[in-house]
Amino acid sequence: MADDPMRRGSDKGRSVRAAIRRELAVDDSAHEGSEPAPEHAESRTIVEIDHVSLAFDMPILEDVSFQACEGETVAIVGESGTGKSTILKLILRLLVPDRGQVRIDGEDITSLTFDEALLVRQKMGMVFQGAALFDSMTVFENVAYPLREHTQMDEDEIEGRVREKLEFVDLDPDQVMEQFPAELSGGMRKRVGVARGMANNPEIMLYDEPTSGLDPLTTATITKLIMKLQRELGVTSVVVSHDIRSVFRMASKVALLHDRRISFFGTPEEMSGTDDRYLNDFLGGASA
Amino acid sequence: MPEFLTRLNNAAKSRVLTLQEYFVLAGKSIRFIFARPFYAQDVVQQMDEIGVKSLGIVMLTGVFTGMVLALQSSVQLKTFGATIYIGNLVSASMIRELGPVLAGLMVAGRVGSGIAAQLGSMRVTEQIDALNTLGTDPIKKLVTPRVLAALVMLPVLTVINDFIGIIGGNIIAALVVGVPSAQYWRTVWAQIAADGFTLRYFPNDFVQGLSKPFVFGAIISITACYFGLGTTGGTEGVGQATTRTVVTSSILILIVDYFITQLLLSVLTYGR
Repeated sequence: MADDPMRRGSDKGRSVRAAIRRELAVDDSAHEGSEPAPEHAESRTIVEIDHVSLAFDMPILEDVSFQACEGETVAIVGESGTGKSTILKLILRLLVPDRGQVRIDGEDITSLTFDEALLVRQKMGMVFQGAALFDSMTVFENVAYPLREHTQMDEDEIEGRVREKLEFVDLDPDQVMEQFPAELSGGMRKRVGVARGMANNPEIMLYDEPTSGLDPLTTATITKLIMKLQRELGVTSVVVSHDIRSVFRMASKVALLHDRRISFFGTPEEMSGTDDRYLNDFLGGASA
Repeated sequence: MPEFLTRLNNAAKSRVLTLQEYFVLAGKSIRFIFARPFYAQDVVQQMDEIGVKSLGIVMLTGVFTGMVLALQSSVQLKTFGATIYIGNLVSASMIRELGPVLAGLMVAGRVGSGIAAQLGSMRVTEQIDALNTLGTDPIKKLVTPRVLAALVMLPVLTVINDFIGIIGGNIIAALVVGVPSAQYWRTVWAQIAADGFTLRYFPNDFVQGLSKPFVFGAIISITACYFGLGTTGGTEGVGQATTRTVVTSSILILIVDYFITQLLLSVLTYGR
């Protein structure tokens, strides 16, 4: 029995849970002196995935449900290829589910036309895994893009907003504004991606693997940035990530996608306290 | 149903779907020319990319095509003692056929591949998805400006190609064959006038020579955008999209050229 791999995974899961509890305790003390993250138990639901199923050549999601309330950060975790990024595409209405509904601020977006969906997307900011900055545009033009597309702001107002957002993500506007994405490091590109995503002051921010491919220090910077967005601006966020350590630091709720379904949805504390074998194996493997 | 019939059925469905997607993209991109927002700056940038930057390659093609046409025809015409008609032959060939087709093929190679590679790279680096999430229709922002620019610039490039080709013919006619330039240009105009006029003032040769590049511009830009936007599979996919664009648009240009010629010859009053 001592060599049972499942048991080894569960043992590792228990030690990981202990480490996570310590992490959560450290995070609580780290927030002392600053505004605590607001409680949102009674808040209105901003993003709601309601019994959603989706299949292409094979089933991707089956009867998936979860909600993100106002100001919450919900992290979606799970193995590679389980459809985590697909959920973000459903929220953005880039995909339409076969069954179920996706509601944004109470409005079902699954039956919207393409043009109506473009309007709904203006409520959201998205940060892509590779930042997806427009490489033919400078940093300034990238961040200004949604403002030029969807607002009547004049050039001075746009420049002011771009500077504000770049400063928010801890970038020096004078240094980076005229640079092209190819001239930036991976972490800087991600931060510009966040600045572009939040340029229009969206209600919802979506992150697809925001810390993948980054060194530990930059990972911590991006994680803090997402927490800062929640704390200071009250933005509702949905984060897809493999980085369990970051997830436990930033998330209000965690959804575990397994076998095409949400097998766990709860707070990081609840997640670290569960005895579910797959969850423990996943946490153990994810932290290995 | 036997397996091979099932595969045949699926392959046929896939082809029909491809055609449908191609024509939906074509329809949308042309419809969006008249719909707000107008990306005028992008259109001008694409006109520079498609038109101005293709000028060198098109002029080079034109001048050597005109020269070789004059050289080849002089050999044949000499046997009949009719070398003074070199101008007729060069102008008719350049304006009706070689000018539009060669300009189209050159632009398909240079610009079509560039568009497919650019949009393909944008697709694999999620920039197209980013446009969508920022509330912009990628067809409106990326495809329509390229299609509009190609529709405008291909005829312009063709006119330049024709003119430079006829000048190339003039050089060979004057320096190698011994036909005086004045005689050469008289026969060039005589040929244009002899082919008749549409609506009294527009030479039929010009109508034929300018309607083709308009269609070729649409073919090149829409094909390039179709394969570029449909890119999958990383950098290898970008390479495949580029190759498919050049091959497909070149073949389409040659096929469509035949049908346009057939149609125009039956509509325009040549020699009547």
